[in-house]
Amino acid sequence: MTLAQEKPATPELNFECETGNYHTFCPISCVAWLYQKIEDSFFLVIGTKTCGYFLQNAMGVMIFAEPRYAMAELEEADISAQLNDYNELKRLCDQIKRDRNPSVIVWIGTCTTEIIKMDLEGIAPKLEAELGIPIVVARANGLDYAFTQGEDTVLASMANRCPKESEVKQEAEKTERNAIQKLMNFGKKAEDTNHNEEYHKHPPLVLFGSLPDPVVTNLTLELKKQGVKIDGWLPAKRYTELPVIDEGYYVAGVNPFLSRTATTLMRRRKCKLIGAPFPIGPDGTRAWIEKICSVVGVEPQGLAEREAQIWENIQDYVDIIKGKSVFFMGDNLLEISLARFLIRCGMTVDEIGIPYMDKRYQKGELDFLAQTCQEMGVKVPTIVEKPDNYNQLQRIKEIKPDLVITGMAHANPLEARGINTKWSVEFTFAQIHGFTNARDILELVTRPLRRNNNLKDLGWSKLVKEEAKI
Amino acid sequence: MKLAYWMYAGPAHIGTLRIASSFKNVHAIMHAPLGDDYFNVMRSMLERERDFTPVTASIVDRNVLARGSQEKVVDNIVRKDQEENPDLIVLTPTCTSSILQEDLENFVARAQIDSKGDVLLADVNHYRVNELQAADRTLEQIIQYYIRKAQKKGDIVTEKTANPSVNIIGISTLGFHNHHDCRELKKLMADLGIEINLIIPDNASVHDLKKIPQAWFNLVPYRELGLMTANYLKEEFGMPTVDITPMGVVETARCIRKIQEVINAQGANVDYEDFIEYQTLHVSEAAWFSRSIDCQNLTGKKAVVFGDNTHAAAITKILTREMGIHVVLAGTYCKYDADWFRKEVSEYCDNVLISEDNGEIADAIAKLEPAAIFGTQMERHVGKRLDIPCGVIAAPIHIQNFPIGYKPFLGYEGTNQITDLIYNSFTLGMEDHLLEIFGGHDTKEVITKGISANSDLNWDREAQGELNKVPGFVRGKVKRNTEKFARERGFNEITLEVMYAAKESVGA
Repeated sequence: MTLAQEKPATPELNFECETGNYHTFCPISCVAWLYQKIEDSFFLVIGTKTCGYFLQNAMGVMIFAEPRYAMAELEEADISAQLNDYNELKRLCDQIKRDRNPSVIVWIGTCTTEIIKMDLEGIAPKLEAELGIPIVVARANGLDYAFTQGEDTVLASMANRCPKESEVKQEAEKTERNAIQKLMNFGKKAEDTNHNEEYHKHPPLVLFGSLPDPVVTNLTLELKKQGVKIDGWLPAKRYTELPVIDEGYYVAGVNPFLSRTATTLMRRRKCKLIGAPFPIGPDGTRAWIEKICSVVGVEPQGLAEREAQIWENIQDYVDIIKGKSVFFMGDNLLEISLARFLIRCGMTVDEIGIPYMDKRYQKGELDFLAQTCQEMGVKVPTIVEKPDNYNQLQRIKEIKPDLVITGMAHANPLEARGINTKWSVEFTFAQIHGFTNARDILELVTRPLRRNNNLKDLGWSKLVKEEAKI
Repeated sequence: MKLAYWMYAGPAHIGTLRIASSFKNVHAIMHAPLGDDYFNVMRSMLERERDFTPVTASIVDRNVLARGSQEKVVDNIVRKDQEENPDLIVLTPTCTSSILQEDLENFVARAQIDSKGDVLLADVNHYRVNELQAADRTLEQIIQYYIRKAQKKGDIVTEKTANPSVNIIGISTLGFHNHHDCRELKKLMADLGIEINLIIPDNASVHDLKKIPQAWFNLVPYRELGLMTANYLKEEFGMPTVDITPMGVVETARCIRKIQEVINAQGANVDYEDFIEYQTLHVSEAAWFSRSIDCQNLTGKKAVVFGDNTHAAAITKILTREMGIHVVLAGTYCKYDADWFRKEVSEYCDNVLISEDNGEIADAIAKLEPAAIFGTQMERHVGKRLDIPCGVIAAPIHIQNFPIGYKPFLGYEGTNQITDLIYNSFTLGMEDHLLEIFGGHDTKEVITKGISANSDLNWDREAQGELNKVPGFVRGKVKRNTEKFARERGFNEITLEVMYAAKESVGA
């Protein structure tokens, strides 16, 4: 990082914008991982059969595991306002409270509630008071957002619910919060008492972004090694454990699609955002830690060795992809970080498709991408916002990349035409953050290449007759 | 508003898309927000389709909300017309476009001016019909459109074929075992000496639709899809319909006898009785199975059946009539066609359940405690929870219900497949019986423990907790690899740090 800053200016990135005719998941899919992450929550998606059908099919077996989410399925009478939204929602939330007793109900607004202008934000506080359960409203709809941005809308709403220090000090709530915390992690008590010796003194730091618990532990541990203490995580394991966020706190994102959350934390909660690359890949993880350390005034220790060690461990996978080209069709906003990591692995990137590009929130990552291209001596890729899948297929046909990272709608047809593909959604659900998980990313990226390498002598790489048009 | 965790039949547009994408060279354009093109994923994954699904979206976003689709839909239709040269583009409304109430009919008319192919607006109301009804309607709509077009142009073929011939109506993409059924029906027709005039909509070209009337009759194998079309053809051309699903030995025979009646009425003079007897005794094993000792053991065992009308009704009849199994409950989620279902099954089961609420069915199953369930994927999971075996007989289905091997449900080979499915679903009759008598397989406790069961290494509480978070099916591997790593490096205690180090070095 410091080394790079002495070098001459990095190359300019090219940004393009197409028609937005691309395939991605509906942002309501975020309930699938968020209800698992926030254990005492219940997600109510207020939408139609279309939304329900998507969730039920996209989430596969999860749907059978008594999920803590449901549809409030709108019927014709709701659309034509023959039924009263407030009464209907009250009836449903009453039932949810009775059956599941959650600590929070998250309402997911959909396209339909947008179009019929259902005043969810207005109804929620009234119902909340009546029901005695917090109701958080997130408008995660396909009119405005793509796939992972759904999480962003939920976390942005949750950010407003994080308590302030002064509130926590109020006695009643304090005991309650602590009681639950003690109950949940009684073992950490010993650690808490002597934490002052292990950590440097620095302003409070809260991280945002939903990650599986093992990854949370892992990243927490990485920062602990540097003596940096994480004071909280948005979201926490339980809604009742949302972190304290006060004016002047530092916040840092762990995922590239959290721009609304970042904005909310800065503007509404008066936090200071640490704009870093994201901890994806060993290069990203190191840059992320270094940036956080530099902001909170800690001298990082042993990161270069740590990164080198990881690179050594994944060398066998790097060898497989080195010199190969990759094409991101774009659907989950992880594309920039993944492309940057793969370029560092020695791949070339033809195109980075991405649904939405927040150049401010992703600035650290974009700079790091340009720098990585320069250091690896490869051409900077074109970043195509709101891509057009049809056009992309023409380009893929023309340049024949070694690997296309794409959604399931295109994966099988491309494979049938002899093009290696990796299903992009897996990157959203796999554990890809931190030093430890670098291997998992490459496990995913190399899988099609390893598989097709096994099959290459069989002579059936193309399984459709090549038509004139694609 | 309705609190719903799961649904049996999908939204209307899925039905329309299933029809459109079943035809050859027909493209569907959905008027829908980003993310509603999930149909493409399902088709590509479930059917393992090699070709791009001919469905695109004309995206409804904020701008559309503010100013209407204006040129967008028209442009998208015309663009697709040029890119892909489809014979027909079906503009497909979704729940979103239903409430926007834009004049899609007008967009279609305008797009038609600049398109070489035909353009049609699917006439389905999202809030009134479900996937199945919409599919039925869309198929009728397309057929009607091309029949009228041919009539206007004067090239409709109404003259019957020289030999008896049939249109098979209702084979579609994402239908439960539809492609296997189709192959079986083709074979059955060939055996009966009946020519296939057209198969609709599967892989049909819209150009061939003008030839529909030359068939002697229409065969509609599934209750849910094709009847509207068949009724229309009956009214328009007086074409007779055979709508008996040839599923199970008795129903297959009934279907063939009906075909015989229909074509003899048009002067064919065929007698299929010998064919039916030969097939029943020698091709289908189902008749023999019902006499065998295996099947005897199933006598009076309790079963619950749930699914779409076609499959639930047919399986109920097979279980009761052909195998002597006691169907305590038969149900369907086709609420809109409930009377038909009641009429079909009421004499073959104790109770009929008409419901779209999976919770209601699960409760009924839990209460009745059948020995086996025949239902959808949802009932399979209920069965898993209650430890009751389940055979999947109807959609909604997962990828394992799109088998590569030949597994029809219809016709004589279908009877064999169904026999296997039913027999294998019940805990194997004799085995079950013997286990009961002798009190289980293993009566002694296992003495020797596996190698990985105990180890000399101590996992601290945090690491143990972390290990427990690893999904069960890989936990053993992670544990072994971590311990191996720790042993090699001389760690006595496994902490979180050791775990991560192990993961980094060996991918544990």
